[in-house]
Amino acid sequence: MKAKVAIVVFPGSNCEQDCHRAFSLLGAEPVMVWHADTELPNVDLVVLPGGFAHGDYLRTGALARFSPIMSAVQDHAEAGGLVVGICNGFQILCEAGMLPGALRKNSGLKFLCKWVTLRVDNADTAFTSLAAEGRLLKIPINHFEGNWYAEPDELDRLRGNGQIVLRYAENPNGSLDDAAGICNEAGNVFGLMPHPERACEELLGSRDGRVLLGSLLDRIESSRKASA
Amino acid sequence: MSFAPELHRELGLTDDELEAIEKRLGREPSHTELAMFSVMWSEHCSYKSSRVHLRDLPTEAPHVLVGPGEGAGIVEVAPGVSVAWKIESHNHPSFVEPFNGAATGVGGIVRDILSMGARPIALMDPLRFGPLDDDRTKYLVEGVVHGISNYGNSIGVPTVGGEVVFEDCYAENPLVNVACLGVIEDRLMHGRAVGEGNAVILIGSSTGRDGIGGASVLASAEFDDASGDKRPSVQVGDPFTEKLLIEACLELVRNGLLAGFQDLGAGGISCPTSEMASKAGTGMRLDIEQVHLREADMEPFEIMISESQERMLAVVDPANVDQVLSVCTKWELDARVLGEVTKSGRVEVHRADEVLADVPADALAEEGPVYSRPIEEPQWLRDLHAAEVGDAAPPDLQEAFLTLLGSPAIASKRWVWEQYDHMIFLGTVQGPGGDAAVIRLPGHEVAVAVSVDGPGRYCYLDPYEGARLAVAEAARNVAATGGTPLAITNCLNFGNPEKPEVMWQFAEVVRGIGDACRDLETPVTGGNVSFYNETNGRAIYPTPVIGMLGSIEAPERSTGMAFVAQGHLIALAGTTDPSDLGGGEYAKTINGRIGGRAPRLDMGAERNLHRFLIASARTGVLASAHDCSEGGAAIALAESALAGDLGFRVDLGEGEAHRVMFSESPSRAIVSFSEDRLEAVRSLADETQVTLTVIGSVVSDSLDFATFAVARDVARDVFEGGFSRAMSASVT
Repeated sequence: MKAKVAIVVFPGSNCEQDCHRAFSLLGAEPVMVWHADTELPNVDLVVLPGGFAHGDYLRTGALARFSPIMSAVQDHAEAGGLVVGICNGFQILCEAGMLPGALRKNSGLKFLCKWVTLRVDNADTAFTSLAAEGRLLKIPINHFEGNWYAEPDELDRLRGNGQIVLRYAENPNGSLDDAAGICNEAGNVFGLMPHPERACEELLGSRDGRVLLGSLLDRIESSRKASA
Repeated sequence: MSFAPELHRELGLTDDELEAIEKRLGREPSHTELAMFSVMWSEHCSYKSSRVHLRDLPTEAPHVLVGPGEGAGIVEVAPGVSVAWKIESHNHPSFVEPFNGAATGVGGIVRDILSMGARPIALMDPLRFGPLDDDRTKYLVEGVVHGISNYGNSIGVPTVGGEVVFEDCYAENPLVNVACLGVIEDRLMHGRAVGEGNAVILIGSSTGRDGIGGASVLASAEFDDASGDKRPSVQVGDPFTEKLLIEACLELVRNGLLAGFQDLGAGGISCPTSEMASKAGTGMRLDIEQVHLREADMEPFEIMISESQERMLAVVDPANVDQVLSVCTKWELDARVLGEVTKSGRVEVHRADEVLADVPADALAEEGPVYSRPIEEPQWLRDLHAAEVGDAAPPDLQEAFLTLLGSPAIASKRWVWEQYDHMIFLGTVQGPGGDAAVIRLPGHEVAVAVSVDGPGRYCYLDPYEGARLAVAEAARNVAATGGTPLAITNCLNFGNPEKPEVMWQFAEVVRGIGDACRDLETPVTGGNVSFYNETNGRAIYPTPVIGMLGSIEAPERSTGMAFVAQGHLIALAGTTDPSDLGGGEYAKTINGRIGGRAPRLDMGAERNLHRFLIASARTGVLASAHDCSEGGAAIALAESALAGDLGFRVDLGEGEAHRVMFSESPSRAIVSFSEDRLEAVRSLADETQVTLTVIGSVVSDSLDFATFAVARDVARDVFEGGFSRAMSASVT
């Protein structure tokens, strides 16, 4: 059975079609879910895609956390379900308190769309299990507010727990501790600024995004087997 | 109703034009009517100075489904797959207010594409500024790039290429052109108000006082030192609303709910109401009180010509109105029924029982003045042709090469395009920095190649030849990737058409474009004319920007510009004329001269080169291909090497080194291929009658011209850092 993936569409989301294509390429069954809905369909994974939800007015992600669907997303996560926020989705997860820290403007004060190299610093997660620790991944970034920050004691805790899953090999945006992707303490909610869905085809420059998205699908499959 | 006798002049209408309006109406126009005529009869909306020349352009081919006159041209790029392609200018607004001027330029062209029922999938931005050694210019570059980045990224349409050009003549009149590509998803829409009794619905943003007189006051007049006062005429963009508008409108199109559709841009509500009625031979009755306003006390004439952004006008069967409104509500967009389609042939605007305007739609949309303005070849052109070309040898060849490589004109524009999302939609097979962008169309395994080119200096020296060179280069860029050139859109940027020498430049450029497009069988599907690009009486170079569209059979069969592997052979396809330095980068940057003649184009040789490049992409024999343009073969070699993190060792042959290196002879490309393909490449070149000269091979870390060599790391630093160094250098 194919893994079921809900892609939440906010007004102003713009990477939902790309996520749809990437998850389809990987053999999953993605469905779009409108932000004003109050319930999620029965899915294995919830994706908050990139874009500018609600125009990113006020502050990135600040309005989207109040979209009706977000309580269902919280419930899904609290029940142990997988959630991944990509770019704007990561910003929304931080605003919603589902991930620690906040995303500030890039240190260079410019929007940046470019290929970067990521290093997998914790391969023992649902998001990175297909990679070996230290593996380098070529995946593009595309953001103005990707400069992640957390308070010093929080940072210590995250580092201790291995929650800083992905780091930039060369920090493009001033992000604290070179963090590119993090997870919650329970290990089922992920946020990252780079766009793995843009790196799933050789024709577009890289297939490394499949390592991350594929790990999630792999986890879904193995937990199904375990419960079967 | 009476108004101040000079009001029409303030609105940009001449005394003769007012007389023509009065004659057509058989009475004095009302205040509202006068305002409507002033925008619809403006140069920007009516093409009154250009129309007599544009008539001679070729516009037809079997693959051109819609030509000039609609929101965008429509070209069938593969059986059953059609795209919309159009370029526009937003020059004056961007000079007055760079961030919003450029942003709303993006918004406007995106709605043109949307009006055809197409999903906008790629943007390109040809930009022209004064030299970068000026603080005001840096402010303009920062503002324009930020405006494009903010708007284009937010609406989720990738910016996949463009140009950034620097010349003195653009210092007080920058050019901000924007091209957009769209793909028809379900059905083609038309800007026609068909069906008497159908509802007329305004969708999108509320109408405010921004952009009043944008078409007439800003776009159709010269600038002077007080132009900052015109800032209120610049519109303010809201990309979030535009994104909602795109999604909502495509849903309406997909569900078959629209009978007619057009965007609102220049001229505000006046434009689509009159044009859609005129095209369909119908009329419209509108209740101005239904327009949702941003400010309650707006005058009717302001409402009719406001250029508030992010609005579309739909004509809808009464049975579908509720569904249309509910789709708009879902996307959080305002939508109001303004009135209905009539058979009167007139645009009637009411406020309660009061008739504010009642004019024939044709009078506004079709019967604007047409001028055959006087034409005269400028006297100074002969002096320019006789002037020193600037082809003297440099004191140090290596230094000249590095100076060119790091000059803002040639250096990598990464600083610009990294601020643009150029990847969204997962279609960018080749993005910014190459010859043409190669875009895989969403939902199809078909790709297109698009390129924009506008060699202003060549057109300044030789408007006719320069225009042919512009079309040829745009086509060559497309062919270099393996694309078959199909059609062009053009943005014609010129000075004041009331000056005979500007009108002569215009006529010559249009003649050149027409001839080149006939030769290359790439008809003109539409575009835009931007006149009055003058500040304080100084005109810009005649600058036609050609947007070429080509098709590629399979996305994985395009050729890139980057060298691929050490040991590959490098060849020059085409022949170099060592005297082709006039108006080139070498003459300008190294010797500080702009004079003589532009290079001559042999269209037969050009077509042969395209055939060679297209055939080699199809058979996959080439590892790379890159067109030789600014800076000649030497710069093309460096660009191919640096793009592939490789180097080269070449000998460019007999003749003075600086000439063979930097000559800008057209119809040439630098190609590379593995040695075992040599025979295959040679025989393709023979078949297509292209002169192929093997000049060397790809090596790892040196750019070696035999006469001198530069380490790759040094060259990369010069090329990649040139632009940002110029942006951050303090002005003394």
